[in-house]
Amino acid sequence: MEKNIILAGVGGQGILSIAFVIDNAALDAGYEFKQAEVHGMAQRGGAVQSNLRYGDSEIWSDIIPTGRADMVLSIEPLEVLRYQHYLRPGGWVVTSTTPYVNIPDYPESQSLLADLADLENIVMVDTAHFARAAGNLRAQNMVAVGAASPLLDFKEDRLLTFVEMLFARKGEKIVEVNKRAFRFGRAAGLFFRGLVDASMPRLAALSLIGKLDPETIDETHAGAWAEAIGTDQAKLETVLAEEEAVASDRAAAFA
Amino acid sequence: MNREILLGDDAVGLGAIHAGISGVYGYPGTPSTEIFEFVERRTKKAGNVHAFWSTNEKVAYEEALGMSWAGKRALVCMKHVGLNVAADAFMNSAVTGTNGGLVLAVADDPGMHSSQNEQDSRYFAQFALIPCFEPRNQQECYDMMFEAFELSEELSVPVMIRLVTRIAHSRAGVATQEQLPQNELDPDKQIKKWTLLPSNARVQYKQLTEKQPELLRRAEDSTHNSLELRGKKGVIVCGLAGNYLRENLDPDHDFSILSICQYPLPAGKVRELVEHVDELLILEDGYPLVESAVRGLFGLENVRISGRMTEEVPRTGELNPDIVREALGIEPLPTAYEPASEISNRPPALCKGCPHTDSFRALNEALNNFDNPQVFSDIGCYTLAALPPLEAVHSCVAMGASIGMAAGAAHAGYSPAVAAIGDSTFSHGGITPMLSAVQQNVNLNVLVVDNSTVGMTGTQRSMSTGSTLDQIILGTGISEDHFRIIEPTPRNHDQNVAVMREELAYDGPSVIVARRACIEALRTKST
Repeated sequence: MEKNIILAGVGGQGILSIAFVIDNAALDAGYEFKQAEVHGMAQRGGAVQSNLRYGDSEIWSDIIPTGRADMVLSIEPLEVLRYQHYLRPGGWVVTSTTPYVNIPDYPESQSLLADLADLENIVMVDTAHFARAAGNLRAQNMVAVGAASPLLDFKEDRLLTFVEMLFARKGEKIVEVNKRAFRFGRAAGLFFRGLVDASMPRLAALSLIGKLDPETIDETHAGAWAEAIGTDQAKLETVLAEEEAVASDRAAAFA
Repeated sequence: MNREILLGDDAVGLGAIHAGISGVYGYPGTPSTEIFEFVERRTKKAGNVHAFWSTNEKVAYEEALGMSWAGKRALVCMKHVGLNVAADAFMNSAVTGTNGGLVLAVADDPGMHSSQNEQDSRYFAQFALIPCFEPRNQQECYDMMFEAFELSEELSVPVMIRLVTRIAHSRAGVATQEQLPQNELDPDKQIKKWTLLPSNARVQYKQLTEKQPELLRRAEDSTHNSLELRGKKGVIVCGLAGNYLRENLDPDHDFSILSICQYPLPAGKVRELVEHVDELLILEDGYPLVESAVRGLFGLENVRISGRMTEEVPRTGELNPDIVREALGIEPLPTAYEPASEISNRPPALCKGCPHTDSFRALNEALNNFDNPQVFSDIGCYTLAALPPLEAVHSCVAMGASIGMAAGAAHAGYSPAVAAIGDSTFSHGGITPMLSAVQQNVNLNVLVVDNSTVGMTGTQRSMSTGSTLDQIILGTGISEDHFRIIEPTPRNHDQNVAVMREELAYDGPSVIVARRACIEALRTKST
């Protein structure tokens, strides 16, 4: 087993915190790992990435070869495009859909998301939405790693242990916010895959999940929602028009 | 067995602590900064390792050499271009030799992620006639520190550990050992060894040359230099290149491989390989140092050598597994997607609210009645003012070079000769050219952007900020009337432009200090 992950984002978004969680989980599980990162000049609001590799035999290169990445995990949608060609056939993209616009020529975000939705294997998650719901917009990185976590090789509680370790010195409140963000991200990612596997269009799945009450999102309801809404845009609009967030187990009400 | 997650830089620092250093010295510079910071952080509580940033790399090196003279082990760390600054002390320390172990950890930056060149420090080790280790992974970063300190004490030579960005800034689990005790204070009383008057220096230099066969023997016998003879195609890999090679090989490959991680170059092993093969690919993450040595002036008669000099490997830039794969003639791996076309760049930029933005906005306006004015700049966050939207500075060469270059341009008749330099860069390399310019009464204008920290490398302590900076500047003999202090804020813009215009109009040396604390430093301090 070997897993090669490109972590991507913008300087300051916290990809090194994601790396901390996965590095520690890998060490804890007895895997070999290497994780190369960017410091210095590129961090000042520039595009940043980290190459994270773990497996059960020796990891040679600190850099992931082109065609050997299993996953691009990005806290920013545009940044996916910078690294997509590293993915092996069948590799996954897990990405935030929240644009970080600090450049004048940032692409139009709807068309960017539409392009991403066309990729073969992708999990899309509105990290800003779930981070806010968890209690702090800065926790988007934990939402992203939560969304990616089912594709990793660690138990959820081990990953959460290291989320806790990472934020421990900042106090219990921050720890709880970040753990919640991770759990929301994980649930949202699984729900997204559940909807897509049941043939719901990806952008529709994304909007639907944004309307559900984060506390209630449970992948076991995804099938019911896909059946209730399917590709019917009008039904989706009905859900989106609800005033309050919708509980995840209420699919039948919109069928 | 204890395993810690460490950057290559951290592993060097921890290895040094466990090898019993009494002092760590350095000046911040990517990708070396974290070595010092790790030692500083880890030994803070015990307080038994001297850890205080130096004003520049030369000072750091001399302090480390002094600690070695006193019999204790010292680690000195810097980036590759920092070694240029320390070169005087460095070259001569090879001639004096050491007492307590002296190890220089130098981090090169192939590909120039955060640097102005990609010089290869292995040449400096070769130049100074000292041994050099080139770790392949984080574990070796740690382990090699023990060997390096022992070798330094046993043979009385400084030893270099050469890192590159990709190992300096990559993490892995590292198994650690028991900490060795520090050396007792034991000053070296061999006066002739340390007093490099020509008569003594000749003796010392001869001794250094006489150590070379032993250094070579150590490299030949080193387990870090491994030779595996298989087929007629040979590969020499240095440092990390070995990983990029292994990444692309099947276990039953047919290459004969010499992997080199300890120098001087093990000539016997190279000969053995060369005599076995008829093709030889040489892979180095840096300059073609080994390649040019093996090739010599005229090449080898029966072996075709390829590498950076023949462009099977690009002549410049960082090595990676893809480049090595291509050089080996192996087909690229299939990928899920083609590279996306035309992705908007996201260049680094000054932070929102950065005082430098206000300083350079004012400078741009103050200069707008000159025809295409050029501003000499220096190395720090403010170099980013070269990029849009400010485009306020037009040179970046070496630490402190802004002032010297502005003075030279003024000598040639260029006006206005403006230099922009940060407070820490000023203490590093700006004081001496400033003194020179003031004493020569050169018509130049120096803008010192004093944000009270070393911003670019992560807000380390600046040596000359605030009143210390002011006293140093006044100490050069500059007229008090032409030493001005402004606060760069949007509100003060017009006033600051006026001050700059006044000083630009003055025929003689003037200094404006633009003083406002780095917002990143304020944020770091508050959390």
